[in-house]
Amino acid sequence: MAELTITPPDGATRGLALAGRLDAHSLGPVWADAKRALAGSPDRPFVVDCSRVEYCDGAGIAMLVDLLGTERRPGAEVRIEGLREGFGRLLEQFDPAEFRAPPPPREAPGSVVERLGRAGRGVWVGLYALVAFVGEALTALAGALRRPSSVRWRDVLLVAEEAGVNALPIVALIGFLMGVILAFQSAISMRQFGAEIFVADLVGLAMTRELGPLMTAILLAGRSGAAFAAEIGTMKVNDEVNALETMGLDPVRFLVVPRMLAAVAMMPLLSAFAVLIGLLGGAMVMQLFEIPLYTYYLQVVNRVQLNDLFGGLFKSVVFGVLVAGVGCLRGLQTRTGASAVGLSATSAVVSGIVLIVAVDGIFAVVFYYLDI
Amino acid sequence: MSNANRSGAHDEEVVIRVEGLKAAFDDRTILENVTFDVFQGEVFGILGGSGSGKTVLVRHIIGLYEPAAGRVLIEGRDVATAQGEERLAILRRIGVMYQLGALFGSMTLLENVSLPLEEYTALPPDAIELIARLKLKLVGLEGFEHHMPSELSGGMQKRAAIARAMALDPAILFLDEPSSGLDPVTAAAFDQTVLRLARVLGITVVVVTHDLASTFTICDRVIMLHKEARGIIAEGDPHELREKSDNPHVRHFFNREAEEERATEPAGA
Repeated sequence: MAELTITPPDGATRGLALAGRLDAHSLGPVWADAKRALAGSPDRPFVVDCSRVEYCDGAGIAMLVDLLGTERRPGAEVRIEGLREGFGRLLEQFDPAEFRAPPPPREAPGSVVERLGRAGRGVWVGLYALVAFVGEALTALAGALRRPSSVRWRDVLLVAEEAGVNALPIVALIGFLMGVILAFQSAISMRQFGAEIFVADLVGLAMTRELGPLMTAILLAGRSGAAFAAEIGTMKVNDEVNALETMGLDPVRFLVVPRMLAAVAMMPLLSAFAVLIGLLGGAMVMQLFEIPLYTYYLQVVNRVQLNDLFGGLFKSVVFGVLVAGVGCLRGLQTRTGASAVGLSATSAVVSGIVLIVAVDGIFAVVFYYLDI
Repeated sequence: MSNANRSGAHDEEVVIRVEGLKAAFDDRTILENVTFDVFQGEVFGILGGSGSGKTVLVRHIIGLYEPAAGRVLIEGRDVATAQGEERLAILRRIGVMYQLGALFGSMTLLENVSLPLEEYTALPPDAIELIARLKLKLVGLEGFEHHMPSELSGGMQKRAAIARAMALDPAILFLDEPSSGLDPVTAAAFDQTVLRLARVLGITVVVVTHDLASTFTICDRVIMLHKEARGIIAEGDPHELREKSDNPHVRHFFNREAEEERATEPAGA
């Protein structure tokens, strides 16, 4: 253990004696006591006697540097005495005056105007990157359509399996619950008017036109959009994307096109699956309200038109492009470090959901005017 | 510093004992029947070509991988079977610098180095900050305290990782390829720092390296691993191994580097 004793005043000199092991585990109280003793003698020379110090590691050296570096009046300097030669060599590596001031800050935060300017520029750069990426991705997709052999179909299938087939259980669960909740909540109100049968219309239309594509897209954003961003982001951090570029291979063709094609192919299928399962959930609730299954089926078939179904599926294709595109873009924008990958994944999900909802709103207006 | 001057630097107290270690992943055996001791206060080198199992061996010693057979004792305690407090007690005695640095990307350099001090000591925050600054100064990173690892070059990240490994002045320091990525001047200064820590504080240093210049400067003893042998092909003083070993792999390893050193000597003169 480290020990500290305040030495009796010797003429004009004050001081303290350290003994034992000066290491990080035993210095806690000693360090503070030594600083207090030093502060208590501001105008006399101060001697730190280390002749009984048995061991002094980096923490002990740091304490001595701290004592030596304390600003004192002229003629009241701190002196270390009796420190063993080896420890002395460790101490000599540091200039105590250098550590008086705190380390330099990395960068001044700047004025409010400067920060606003930076933020505005950041938004502009982000938009520019988005437009550039959309252009690149569309060009690459057009190239893929012109020359299908240039597409890495094996990658497309792997992504389709991961984003599509493996997502079936969660899509089924959410779709079923959506159908059940929608039917149950509306049926309770409609029962008061004897209009339970119209619950089938509501569930059919809502799932086909809106909730099926929307919920599936949000699930895809949370599941696959984040995965795309994290996967490509990790490749960026590990210089794999740079390696592709220096091999003369287009990262967009290699990484983005397979994911977008897979998402575009899988989204309508997942969406149709969600609609079907949602309708089954609604049918189950209808049994509780004594509406026969066949009656429910006829009501849905009569009310939901093909254009409702295709409108929903078209939306899901667009959502698929958005989710995959944003996921890949955020992945490619990843900077360095593990935290940057996390930020990219988060950003992919948030941007994806915002875009999905915004575009869904636009679709609602457009479909209204087109009478779809 | 010549190796002769350092003979007897350690007092023959075994701090690491590796007994009949077998390292295997699924059906692939990397190392088998590896046995050696590391003594208190020595700088112990693990040499070998790429893929010879140097890093795998170190990861078994520090308890990241469980041996397929045999055991590793650190200060008499079995690393693989230690649990809870006993395992923590072992881990507090060691510091590890990983090959790629492994700094925490969401923390500044100062925070990275301060972390073990904050977790394991009762020192006040300003004392912790000063210790961390001294460690960063030791590796030449003063002025970069508030930088994030991602803002630094690979070599600088490595130096910061060394500072973090030394934060608690551990009893045993493991360095995985410390000099790769460092410029020659910094690498030489780092060698001197390692030597000083080992000689003055009695820290035991286990260093995995390809760098022969560094090996001859700092290592008291080395073992050499070889891929085909799946284990140790030579053990001893690196100077003696270079001069006297009959093993062709050892001679090839040392002499090829020596020829390259001679070839570059006139240019550097």
